[in-house]
Amino acid sequence: MSERAQPVGGPIFTRPVRFFTALFALGAILILWRLIVGLGVTTALSDGQPWGLWIAFDVVVGTALACGGYAVGLLVYILNRGRYHPLIRPAILTSALGYTIAGISVFLDLGKGWTIWKVPTYFWSWNLNSALLEVALCIMTYMFVLWVELSPAFLERLAEGPDSGVTRFARKALSVMDKALLWIMGLGLLLPTMHQSSLGSLMVLSGPKLHPLWWSPFLPLLFLISCIAMGYAAVVFESTLSTRFFGRKSETDMLAGLSGAMLPVLGAFLVLRLADLAWRGKLGLAFAFDRFALAFWVEGALVVLPLVLLAPKARRRDPGNIFRAAMAMMLAGAVYRFNTYLLAYRPYDDVHYFPSVTELMITVGLVSLEIVAYVTIVKIFPIISGAPQRAAAHT
Amino acid sequence: MQVNRRLVFKTLAAAGAAAVAKGTVEARTRPTAAPDAMGLLYDTTRCIGCKACVVACREANHTKPETSRYGMWDTPVDLDGDTKTVIKLYKAADGAQWSYFKAQCMHCVDPACTNACMLGALKKRPGEHGIVSYDPSKCVGCRYCQMACPFNIPKFEWTSNWAGISKCELCRHRVEGAALAKSGDFTRYPAGHGPGCAEVCPRQAVIYGTREELLAEARRRMAANPGRYVDKIYGEFDGGGTQCLYLSHVPFDKLRLPTLSTEPVPEVQQTIQHGIYQGFVAPIALYGLLTGVIWRNRKKAPSRDGEKGEPS
Amino acid sequence: MASTSTATTTVDATGFSSVDRRDFLKVCTLAFAAIGLPYEAAAKAAQAVAARKLKPSVIWLHFQECTGCTESLLRTSHPEVAELILDLISLDYCETLFAAAGHQAEAALQKAMKDNAGKYVLIIEGAIPTKEDGIYCQIGGRTAMQIARDCAEKAGAIISIGSCASWGGIPSADPNPTGATGAPTILQGKTVVTIPGCPANPYNLLGTVLQYVTFGTLPALDEKNRPKFAYGRTIHEQCPRRPHFDAGRFVQKFGDENARLGYCLYKMGCKGPATHANCSVQHFGEVPDAWPIGIGHPCFGCTEQSLAFRVALHTTVDIDRALPPATYPPIEAKQGHISPLATGVAGVIGGALVGAGIAASRRLGGPPPDKTTGAGKEA
Repeated sequence: MSERAQPVGGPIFTRPVRFFTALFALGAILILWRLIVGLGVTTALSDGQPWGLWIAFDVVVGTALACGGYAVGLLVYILNRGRYHPLIRPAILTSALGYTIAGISVFLDLGKGWTIWKVPTYFWSWNLNSALLEVALCIMTYMFVLWVELSPAFLERLAEGPDSGVTRFARKALSVMDKALLWIMGLGLLLPTMHQSSLGSLMVLSGPKLHPLWWSPFLPLLFLISCIAMGYAAVVFESTLSTRFFGRKSETDMLAGLSGAMLPVLGAFLVLRLADLAWRGKLGLAFAFDRFALAFWVEGALVVLPLVLLAPKARRRDPGNIFRAAMAMMLAGAVYRFNTYLLAYRPYDDVHYFPSVTELMITVGLVSLEIVAYVTIVKIFPIISGAPQRAAAHT
Repeated sequence: MQVNRRLVFKTLAAAGAAAVAKGTVEARTRPTAAPDAMGLLYDTTRCIGCKACVVACREANHTKPETSRYGMWDTPVDLDGDTKTVIKLYKAADGAQWSYFKAQCMHCVDPACTNACMLGALKKRPGEHGIVSYDPSKCVGCRYCQMACPFNIPKFEWTSNWAGISKCELCRHRVEGAALAKSGDFTRYPAGHGPGCAEVCPRQAVIYGTREELLAEARRRMAANPGRYVDKIYGEFDGGGTQCLYLSHVPFDKLRLPTLSTEPVPEVQQTIQHGIYQGFVAPIALYGLLTGVIWRNRKKAPSRDGEKGEPS
Repeated sequence: MASTSTATTTVDATGFSSVDRRDFLKVCTLAFAAIGLPYEAAAKAAQAVAARKLKPSVIWLHFQECTGCTESLLRTSHPEVAELILDLISLDYCETLFAAAGHQAEAALQKAMKDNAGKYVLIIEGAIPTKEDGIYCQIGGRTAMQIARDCAEKAGAIISIGSCASWGGIPSADPNPTGATGAPTILQGKTVVTIPGCPANPYNLLGTVLQYVTFGTLPALDEKNRPKFAYGRTIHEQCPRRPHFDAGRFVQKFGDENARLGYCLYKMGCKGPATHANCSVQHFGEVPDAWPIGIGHPCFGCTEQSLAFRVALHTTVDIDRALPPATYPPIEAKQGHISPLATGVAGVIGGALVGAGIAASRRLGGPPPDKTTGAGKEA
């Protein structure tokens, strides 16, 4: 059993892969339809709710869940916890795929998606006051950085085998990458800090239209903190599933440590959230008998739940418990983002929005694509370490 | 193995420092209305609901009538991707109080939409009297302006697969080099070159001129008719001020004009963003910090199988 | 015929009545007012008569027609037809009103054309058949086509009165066995003023003729050569029942309560929105409200070639320039709706995710019994 990352191997078109590919195929047909007829027919969006599922989930929640690379990167490269290093590649792969899916979702959500190339290239037109411009440029750059960070996995595979033009190129590229890795990794930690907080800043501009339980000048910080928790939770989730499905060595030790590290993060989120509400005098709204108060309490409960589950040290050694706490954390962050972007946004009292079937199935299709891509890449390229080499895996 | 909580907090602080405004932020200078800023003044007590302004707007902007509901009439129920102004009716539940209301872009002094737009498709251009203009070639259809506008003015072209937004631009396309001239108390373009709605209104319910002239006229009407109007010119200070102003005999919130403070809508977000990104100092500093720490940690060459390297 | 004229007439030596100047002025004022000419025009007309510049020659040809347009002209009162044909114009050829017939009539036609070459007004009533060289209408052995072209040669002005002469009218309805067409098609290259209608409103003809005889000019014409003063607007734009249309008050069935209340006839197939004519402001037969909508029947578009005798009477027509109604949207705009199917689908997805999560977490089992065993669990 090697600690080096190795392709997991095994057959690619297993039943689960076929299932998710079919879901993606359905999503692809709907995507084509959306591109032909526009957003009005295919989505439930309206002038009362211009941003819906694709922005709130695919982009905002999706990129936060894809912050595993960011979270583990901070741990390994900044806090120098080398023992978490095996988690880096799978986390970066998840991040790269997650951000790519988010990018596709943005393309679909734009009214003129085909002009998206203007955003990074029309620098003379850049409105430097626009928080969305900053988010867009940062995400585009980060997506590029992620694939570059991941490239050693592909290059290592290409470098294997008898000497040839390809292998020589791959080895050369690997040595270049090794030197540049420092600067790339720095970007890989700087960029998410910038845009995950700016995803919070975006909603600050909607001030008068955002319910006071969610509007705050601290939205950037709250989004950043919750994204770190979500990123770690995504790593726990992904690592646990890899152990289960690829027969990888159980990493309960590492995961226990990670989970412990999340306690102060969640605590900081909770404290800041409540202190901000109290300072602005809006805490009373949490006790109104309306759907906003209900959503607030649900959100809070989901933040407290992992704290309760993980507080006792012994409970942190139970893989099932860790997994459930991670799901709760991801859900907490997701609900917080849904609440901020969808529920709290009230331009009129009379707006009704629930994603249309097309919106839902396109999202399902894109997530399915992500799953299929993850599983396939992990089987072909050296991403996961600690798995039995070329063994007959489950999937 | 325990993760040192102190280190976690330190990391969070370093990350958080980049997400909170620093103390060295300069106060943002609040924009004020340019002296030549032009706009509209709408007086609910003079409007007779004839909708000539709606028809004139359609003709001036070549927008299609909204016939999807009944086929026979042009029946927009609100502004939309092809309707730049509309007359609505407010009626109190008991029917005792009622008012017409003309909706169109407010042309704010410090607009949220121009702050939001990534490539500046929505922009106040020099020489255009503070009109918030729209350039479809720069619009990618992201709809952030819709999220930003406190009056919910920009509307999206939902029915198209090449969709941008649409809103009143005070008929700036009709100016065509015509010269402004004083027409009574107001500075105006010759007929056919100014806003279609104001030129056609038979009752001077909606008029146009410079913002100062319109404010003066509003004050005159209020002084000459004590008790007729709610004691406020909506748009004088609301949301930092708007160039399209309203006089009303019913409370403004009944007309769905939002209650805003005098602070411009983009101010908080801009303060935060500029605080963080002013001169790009903080990101570069953070980048330096991060790469420095990574480099130092790599030099210590932490082992990959279980031992931790000592952080500072 | 009933007359509302207040002109005093004296019988002169010829045995025909003549009109004094003051009464003539009244007549001209009324007639010119109907076509929007200014008051001063009436004075000019009076002067022209005094100078003996009036009484131009008018040649009136009848082809495939019902004579309805002539009949409606006979029912005008300002000016009365007698005054028109005796004092204002010289009606040198008109089969309906002529005492003469046969060769005598033919000779009159030729003489009038010769004597007034280049100056006479040619009025054509009725469609002109074209099939089999136009044999379906022949007068004195000549086809209508020949007669029309002949007379048009030296005409000073050519006017088609009625829909039949303007574009073919009822004879041209499907299957049009005679190939009936309007005069403008036959007289290609000439300016033919068309005054469509079935019948045409006689005042539209009178206004056009009087303007020509007074000033020598034709009124402003649209792209179908219809005088704009009469055909510049649609019935819909000037209809007295328009407020009912704008407010959504419609007749649903002939004879229903709404019909009794005089509500809009759009739903009964009124072609008013697509029909250019002035019937709503210039009624027929000198009786107020004597026009189709006035008596409770929808307009059938008799002036328009695309509508009359083509589109069924009770087929509704499209409004090509929709305007706002007399109602208002409420101040609150309701946005968006929630699809029950979507909530169902989301429920299924959500349920599947939650279920999978719980199942996965159950399968993971409790904490590992021993820290030293690192073998992969494939439970």
